Amino acid sequence: MPAGAMQDAATIAVTGGRLPQASAGRERLRLIMRNAFPFLVVGAIWEAIARYGIFPRKLFPTLEDVARSFVELTISGILPHHTIYTVIRLLTGFGLAAIIGLTIGVLMGRTRRAEDICLPLVSILAPIPGLAYTPLFLLWFGPGEVSAVLLVAFVSSFPIIYNSWTGVKAVKEIWLRSAQSMGADKRRMFRHVILPGALPYILTGLRLGLAQAWRILVAVEMLAAVPWGLGWLIFGAREFLNTDAMMAGVTVIAVIGLLLEKYVFQMLENYTVVRWGMVESME
Amino acid sequence: MTPDQAQHRRSIVRGAVTLMIAAALYEGVSYSGFFPQVLLPTIQSIVSTLYDMLADGTMFEHAGATLYRVLFGFALAITLGLPLGILMARFKPVENFFLPLVSALMPIPSFSLVPLFMLWFGIGNLTTILVVFYAATFPMLFNTWSGVRSVNPLWLRAAGAMGADEKKLFWKVIIPGAFPFIITGMRQAFLRSWIAVVGAEMIAASDWGLGWVIFDAKEFLEANVMMASIVVIGFIGFVFERLVFGSIEKATVQRWGMVRMAKG
Repeated sequence: MPAGAMQDAATIAVTGGRLPQASAGRERLRLIMRNAFPFLVVGAIWEAIARYGIFPRKLFPTLEDVARSFVELTISGILPHHTIYTVIRLLTGFGLAAIIGLTIGVLMGRTRRAEDICLPLVSILAPIPGLAYTPLFLLWFGPGEVSAVLLVAFVSSFPIIYNSWTGVKAVKEIWLRSAQSMGADKRRMFRHVILPGALPYILTGLRLGLAQAWRILVAVEMLAAVPWGLGWLIFGAREFLNTDAMMAGVTVIAVIGLLLEKYVFQMLENYTVVRWGMVESME
Repeated sequence: MTPDQAQHRRSIVRGAVTLMIAAALYEGVSYSGFFPQVLLPTIQSIVSTLYDMLADGTMFEHAGATLYRVLFGFALAITLGLPLGILMARFKPVENFFLPLVSALMPIPSFSLVPLFMLWFGIGNLTTILVVFYAATFPMLFNTWSGVRSVNPLWLRAAGAMGADEKKLFWKVIIPGAFPFIITGMRQAFLRSWIAVVGAEMIAASDWGLGWVIFDAKEFLEANVMMASIVVIGFIGFVFERLVFGSIEKATVQRWGMVRMAKG
């Protein structure tokens, strides 16, 4: 196992140095082992079932098969191509949702009139699972790209609207008044008080919206007959019993989901609201 | 009438007016024939479709099939998620083993497993229930875990000092202490399962179910059936969210004074 060997080399190298570092290195190794252990167990069970042939190999591929088809699909460029399409669709839909959602949400938080007008509509449309609209969008906009992107935008805009609305309303009255008494005009008030004050909520909304968009997109790609995309890949693979290609697709989906959740927003949060001391870091 | 009440009344009037204007606009566009009426049915035809489907019982069959799947999967998710969440929070080795697995599986959208489950379990109830189960387990598990972990250590020590044994500590302190989180977990889990069941029914089509009927209606350009089903889906979701979980919350954590009641 090259990874293990490398780890050993690192540990040895560190042990040669100062002592406190050595124990830190060992601690890290233990942490890695501890996190890897459950996967090894599950992987071993999976492999045993697959090799033992309880289920047909075609339906229950070994990890080796999955890994091989992952590598093959990656090298031939099919998997990256699907991934790029999915990511572009996600970003377009989510970008639209962010623009529309933030505008409506902030307006709703700022003016009573906008709130009264939008809130009934939002609270009627929001609780319906977004996927239920899929066939309707397909009828209206035809199968393909437009439906997929619009649906993702539509569905993920609700958490953004809701959270930015709550956030703007939750800005402390005393901040507003003190800024006002210090002579802030409307624009400054918005830029320097309301927006930063509402940012923890807004970020939560964006995060929820993106998670929602991601979940919906995979299903939409299966239903909307788009030419490329990870959802379509795993759905299409079913027709040919390509379970290994399916698993490879699911793996990429999981990794992207994890990256979006863990890195993009964690970083954004650390850079803004955590740095400003408004919320504590999740770490 | 105080200014507050006046403001409140004005909000209600404005809300009602908005809804009516939106409905009138929709109706106007629909009647104008600018879009084909099969694609944009009038509200009147949606209502009458809904009424017909309720009257001849098909809607109840669809809703029943969907509810059966969602509740079955949801119940499975609680049976697994709740104990496992508690175990993870109470025993370090359990946490060490399951937490990495949970964090790796959680970001996989439940829909991406639908094709796989279809291959394994065929089309129908089993696949849908399992998808719901997958979707609902993680919020349940995660919230229970963080709820039990966040029980105020002061309470534990106080109860211990007053001579509570393990069993009492568990039932009288830990469980009630974690309850707001557990309820939140259930809520989120149900929300997820409700979305998952609709999607799973569309893809792993059987012959009954609200998700299936919407998708099936697309083939026949029956937008009114679609809209009627969407209304029912929204209604059932709303009933569960507000009435079922709302009243559980009221009867437990709100009565115990652990959370403030949200406005509205």
